[in-house]
Amino acid sequence: MTTVLDRPPRVPKTRTADRKRRYGERPSVAYLFLSPWIVGALLLTLGPMAASLYLSFTDYDLFTSPEWTGLDNYLRILTDDPHFWNSVWATTKFVVISVPVQLAAALGVAMLINRRSRAQGTYRSAFYAPSLLGASVSVAVVWRVIFHDWVGQPNRALLALVLLAVWQFGAPMVIFLAGLQQIPQEYYDAVAVDGAGRWRTFVSITLPMLSPVIFFNLVLDTIRAFQVFTGAYVISNGTGGPSDSTLFYTLYLYEKGFVEFKMGYASAMAWLLLVAVATITALLFRSSRRWVFYGGDA
Amino acid sequence: MNPALRRVGWHLLVLALLVPLLYPIVWLAAASFKPSSEILQSLALLPKQVILDNYAALADGLGGVPIWRFFVNSILVSGGCAAANILSCSLAGYAFARLRFRMRAPLFGFMLATIMLPTHAVLIPQYTIFQQLGMVDTFWPMILPKLLATDAFFVFLMVQFMRNIPRELDEAARLDGCGSIRIFSAVILPLIRPAVITTAIFTFIWTWNDFLTQLIYLSSPEKYTLPLALRLFIDTTDSSQYGPMLALSALALVPILLFFAAFQRLLVEGFATSGLKG
Repeated sequence: MTTVLDRPPRVPKTRTADRKRRYGERPSVAYLFLSPWIVGALLLTLGPMAASLYLSFTDYDLFTSPEWTGLDNYLRILTDDPHFWNSVWATTKFVVISVPVQLAAALGVAMLINRRSRAQGTYRSAFYAPSLLGASVSVAVVWRVIFHDWVGQPNRALLALVLLAVWQFGAPMVIFLAGLQQIPQEYYDAVAVDGAGRWRTFVSITLPMLSPVIFFNLVLDTIRAFQVFTGAYVISNGTGGPSDSTLFYTLYLYEKGFVEFKMGYASAMAWLLLVAVATITALLFRSSRRWVFYGGDA
Repeated sequence: MNPALRRVGWHLLVLALLVPLLYPIVWLAAASFKPSSEILQSLALLPKQVILDNYAALADGLGGVPIWRFFVNSILVSGGCAAANILSCSLAGYAFARLRFRMRAPLFGFMLATIMLPTHAVLIPQYTIFQQLGMVDTFWPMILPKLLATDAFFVFLMVQFMRNIPRELDEAARLDGCGSIRIFSAVILPLIRPAVITTAIFTFIWTWNDFLTQLIYLSSPEKYTLPLALRLFIDTTDSSQYGPMLALSALALVPILLFFAAFQRLLVEGFATSGLKG
């Protein structure tokens, strides 16, 4: 299976004439193809990141020009804003609970339907369907109505959102299934000869062989879980209530930036989010050296 | 146990998981035919009485805007984004997959890293840019970023597909005197059709579902897309509106379900092989 983690293939060194035949043009042609992406990267990614870093040190309401206030936004966020910490807490609980539960469900179901059968394709699609629908306002509305008794109680409201996330386990499941199908049968045959039971087979073959895929799903799901917005907005009428229990970081950032127009404050929050997500991703990559097994035939 | 029995047991177990999983969607379809008063009272599937009032109520429009308008707006935004992604991501993908240029490796690495960049990190400055350009309350803030290949997922998808095309094809065309532009349009593009279709449908569906961007940029009701139209219902606490709200929710899911029914194999496989996430 190929993943984002693949490296681009090395281009073999060739003699100049050969190279000219193969890449018979000036490199400017490459930049022609790449120009939309370069403009986008500069104007819509790098530029805005730098701009939001600058704005995070200012008071900015979108209508008057930004006013430099130094570290004021950061100090107020960290020391003088209980809602901020409520949103950090709600988001942390959501990520820490929903990601592992979703991945466990995805792996379990992938192993269940990984069996030679004509129905497998249909089942795979059926389990995947919620992943395509789940981000919509429509499904969030359904959740709000089905769980109407829950959305008024702090812990239950968050639980409803966790369930909404777990409900969409089909996306990682499909990737797990593709990974499972790449594990060579001989490995299973070998441990079967040794008399290994199901659990031992799972621990000594499936888990290590699947670890790159688990890692891939873990990283992307974690990053995605931090960005969940729609469900929390719909369930709480955009308030993050009751008592900030569904005030996800993204929702609070939206409120600060686009309801109260405290754009400087919201920019500081955006940078804190970026730093937090980057740190967590880096830690996951670091930890992966200890538990992700690259090698074998898969 | 006998294998036939085991197989039946396996089907039953899978179905026992699928039924509750898909229940919310089926329930939505059924509930959209129930009177508002009955919706909250029971989560039963079948309505006590089937009524069409909820759909009839939608015929009056919302906030003075007819319902078809929200559909047209959503189709324009999602279709525009899909077309923009096909164009920009295949161009960038071709450069990364096939052409040589300085800084290719670091730029490719940067492109992959942007897949992981949270949208919120750039939300506010992007808003400022579109405001300066006078594009707030138009569809451009949704479409323009796609035209500039900021959806790195799909650039990567295109790269992965193009890498699987034998280089001999390019080289044969090159020997026939084709330049990169002609190789791209005459050799590569026809061969990456599955990637193009996958990109189009995923972009369409994800844009169709996207709430945050449209919420931020679109302010006048006649520009509203379906997610924003649904928000009008969410804001009212009047429970007599539950019926029409669910009717519109159900209608908004129909295009996704149709696309899924038509292309499910391509979508699921495109997703699985590229490591693309939904």
